[in-house]
Amino acid sequence: MIRWLLWILGGILLGGIVHLSTVLLLPSTATRDAYDRLLASAPVNAIAQLPAPTPEKALLPFMDPAFSAAVCRYDLSGAPLKLTSPVTQAYTSVSFYTRYGVAYYAINDRAAGRRVIELDLMTTEQHNEMPEEEDVTAADRLIVDSPTPTGLIVIRALAPEPGLVPAARAVLIKAQCRVQPQ
Amino acid sequence: MRLLIGAFLAFLIAAVIGLGATWLALTSGTAFGAITIGAWTAWPRTGTADIDPYARAAIARSGELPTGSGDGIAFYARTDDAGRALDGRCETLLRGVTPAARFWTLTLYDPQGRLVTNSANRYGFTSQEITRFADGSFQIAVAPRARPGNWLPSGGTDRYVLVLRLYDTPVGAATRIGREAPMPAITRRGCP
Repeated sequence: MIRWLLWILGGILLGGIVHLSTVLLLPSTATRDAYDRLLASAPVNAIAQLPAPTPEKALLPFMDPAFSAAVCRYDLSGAPLKLTSPVTQAYTSVSFYTRYGVAYYAINDRAAGRRVIELDLMTTEQHNEMPEEEDVTAADRLIVDSPTPTGLIVIRALAPEPGLVPAARAVLIKAQCRVQPQ
Repeated sequence: MRLLIGAFLAFLIAAVIGLGATWLALTSGTAFGAITIGAWTAWPRTGTADIDPYARAAIARSGELPTGSGDGIAFYARTDDAGRALDGRCETLLRGVTPAARFWTLTLYDPQGRLVTNSANRYGFTSQEITRFADGSFQIAVAPRARPGNWLPSGGTDRYVLVLRLYDTPVGAATRIGREAPMPAITRRGCP
């Protein structure tokens, strides 16, 4: 009897391990995460305009239909990246996601405090390799460290009413995402 | 022989408990650090690098990109204040005010996060589109057929999710529930 109870107890413990390891492994094995869904429509290190979500077709679930959005699928393995985006009258934000969809950094137009949001994106190694003087002279440069060499930058511009969608689109078309050779 | 049966039993229990718990956790939206105000729930840490492993697995599975904490915060409602699931065949009223934010948007999705087809092509409201009462509060009717005032079409789907996103807002992980974060009440007014 005790032997059976021990087997059952062992099974429950092993079940806990199975549960934790599947939860931890799922992000790296998922094939329909945001990055994969955007693979076809977003070229590497360039801005791609995302179509507005409709009931029939949306690239990602739970997209906010009040926003126009553009995405830059980045790969920092070659060199750091420079992102510039003008802002709308209403509200514009830039969000950074890792390869697995973790939102590690986001900034809005007011926090950026300028007419144009300008950010340098690099890996921690590339940041460490940066000459020190450059770091000092560029104190007002916004540098973002990416935890993974690849990921997504999403620029979102709010159209507070439907008539302002063209204005939001016009701003996103001027956004740039370019490799910055060192 | 007994050893073999015992090991088999243990592995069977492990598989059922382990995979069952994972499936349950990911489909019911278990994540740590939730803020619940009335029928609304937000997971502020899901928009940061401190995201917990459950939320990380859930977004990898659904394919959504969470709202970054420097951008805003998203509150989800799947039930009304009485705890009944939101039903698109019924008329449901949202009434009240929202926490301080530069802009907010309210959107209606089906449970999978798709917009819901309707004849008015309206999927939500922004804080600028809404008509308000003199005291600044507002009322939105979520109903299958047109209503006077702020009407959000439910398209007649059975289950739906309301998402209220606050942009550029002080509301976050440190927010105390109560006066700091008033959210609109959700009440069911009638079902045909």
